[in-house]
Amino acid sequence: MTAAGSIARTPDAKPASKSEPNTAPKSVRRRNAGLGLVAWLVGILFVLPVLWMALTSLHSETDAATNPPSLAAPLTLDGYREFFGAGGGPSPWFSLANSLTASVVSTLFVLLLALPAAYALSIRPVRKWTDVLFFFLSTKMLPVVAGLLPIYLFAKNTGMLDNIWLLVILYTSMNLPIAVWMMQSFLAEVPTALIEAAQIDGAKLPVILTRVVAPIAMPGIAATSLICFIFSWNEMLFARVLTGVIAQTAPVFLTGFITSQGLFLAKVCAASLVISLPVLAAGFAAQDKLVQGLSLGAVK
Amino acid sequence: MTDTPTATTTSSGIQAPQTQRPAQPAPSARLRAWVTRAPLLPALVFLIIVTQLPMVATLVISVFDWNALYPEARTFSGLANYGEVLGDPELRKSVFTTILLTVTVVLVSLVLGMLLALLLDRRFKGRGVVRTMLIAPFLLVPVAAALLWKHVLYNPEYGLFNGALHWIFGDGAAQPDWVAEMPLGAVEASLVWQWTPFMMLILLAGLQSRPAEAVEAARIDGASAWQVFRYITLPHLRRYLELGALLGTVYIVQNFDAVFTITSGGLGTANLPYTIYQTFYQGHEYGLASAAGVLVVIGSIVIATLALRVVSSLFNEEARS
Repeated sequence: MTAAGSIARTPDAKPASKSEPNTAPKSVRRRNAGLGLVAWLVGILFVLPVLWMALTSLHSETDAATNPPSLAAPLTLDGYREFFGAGGGPSPWFSLANSLTASVVSTLFVLLLALPAAYALSIRPVRKWTDVLFFFLSTKMLPVVAGLLPIYLFAKNTGMLDNIWLLVILYTSMNLPIAVWMMQSFLAEVPTALIEAAQIDGAKLPVILTRVVAPIAMPGIAATSLICFIFSWNEMLFARVLTGVIAQTAPVFLTGFITSQGLFLAKVCAASLVISLPVLAAGFAAQDKLVQGLSLGAVK
Repeated sequence: MTDTPTATTTSSGIQAPQTQRPAQPAPSARLRAWVTRAPLLPALVFLIIVTQLPMVATLVISVFDWNALYPEARTFSGLANYGEVLGDPELRKSVFTTILLTVTVVLVSLVLGMLLALLLDRRFKGRGVVRTMLIAPFLLVPVAAALLWKHVLYNPEYGLFNGALHWIFGDGAAQPDWVAEMPLGAVEASLVWQWTPFMMLILLAGLQSRPAEAVEAARIDGASAWQVFRYITLPHLRRYLELGALLGTVYIVQNFDAVFTITSGGLGTANLPYTIYQTFYQGHEYGLASAAGVLVVIGSIVIATLALRVVSSLFNEEARS
């Protein structure tokens, strides 16, 4: 590409510089800068509601509920104190702990089940491995709401209602197909020649897995875990129907804010931000692999 | 689908020693096949039990007249529930709402996502920062995002939208009650805000895999920016657009959180997941809810088949390259 491009370019272009902006003509550079400015404006517009939510969470309830909005009102942490139960409301700590348990444990289960499966679908593929892969994917396409009632009845009859382990199992099954797809595509990136070379050198399977496969596939495995964590943390329908008081998760706690309760805007904003924080952190950490995960490994 | 690999491998495992290689003893080949298959089995068995069994149970419940408040009155009713579901104007409306909601959100966020991807597909200062800002809406917990729109933006008295109108037009500014005046639009806008980043990410990946030589060659031949877009970029993006549309459809057809939070299914915004939830959770009509669930599954299979075809064509292309 650089070779073909340089032919058309003016002779005074520096041959040493390979990066696009230096070799591009001035008019293209200027247009890029202009459109870059537009991109900045649109980006700010998109993130504005989130920033506004952050600002509102730091205002007092009376300042949060003015019209027109008060931008320069004094900042306070009262909204956060209220959210964490200072005003006598229900404490969110239980639901945060439940969400953490359900998300982390289900993600560990997913890894435990998906890693061997991905191995059998990429490094040492079984016959018709693409059919198996697509079966995994097809389970993800069926609406969860259709299986909800039998799961509810099962839980009710076995005393599993309001039990966090039921959510752990369901979240594991919810994320397993995505994880198998992602891991398969990450493990497939491990060069076969490398594995064969290790085999010729007499390395046994555990050594190959830990010394050859793991180092190459690790970033992908980490991104997969983060995406599974996000989906489990976000889930609300199962949690709403299958949990009550003891196993309530953070999104279910948030549904308590659906009906207005007088002046409570700062508290809602604080709650929404705190509960979204793990997802924001995990999402930004997995940013580079986010597309591959969300498109089920179809886009790299 | 699952039976296929097992069935073929087993049958060939039995036939192979008899017809082709009589020297090879059958048990060892079969054993080896099972050893390769073993790592796959836990995941497969787990997934079939947790996701497929409930679907079968739904199918069974759907042919019973079963209201949880009158458990003794449970009787086999054949396809009566399906007749009732298809004849119920409220359920028919929720089918229509689901289609309208899904199509609007997917199309609008696809177009916006494409514009954003085209904007970001160039070098400028702070490109990474802009990308991060654009992804932020997608990384809010869905319920939190819906609460943000419902209370912080839409609230007729102190929401940001009406506050901004007040700022711009002064005291006489219109102060609409957004959710009451355009309930479905209110739900759609919040979903478009959350899903545009998703579309942008997929299309940006598509743009970056576009062959640079073709674009360069077209530019040298004097093609305008529009011609490059129309004849090179768009055809290349077609598959990525399809993928974004179909994955978006799969997720948004199932949307429950936004409808539940912003309107609680009121004002004509109840989509199928919400209606099914309500039929069984509040109405206790187990048979009816299951019949509706089966119909949703049938609809989803149509979408899923299309989606799987697109994913598989991208997948095969990746494998070949």
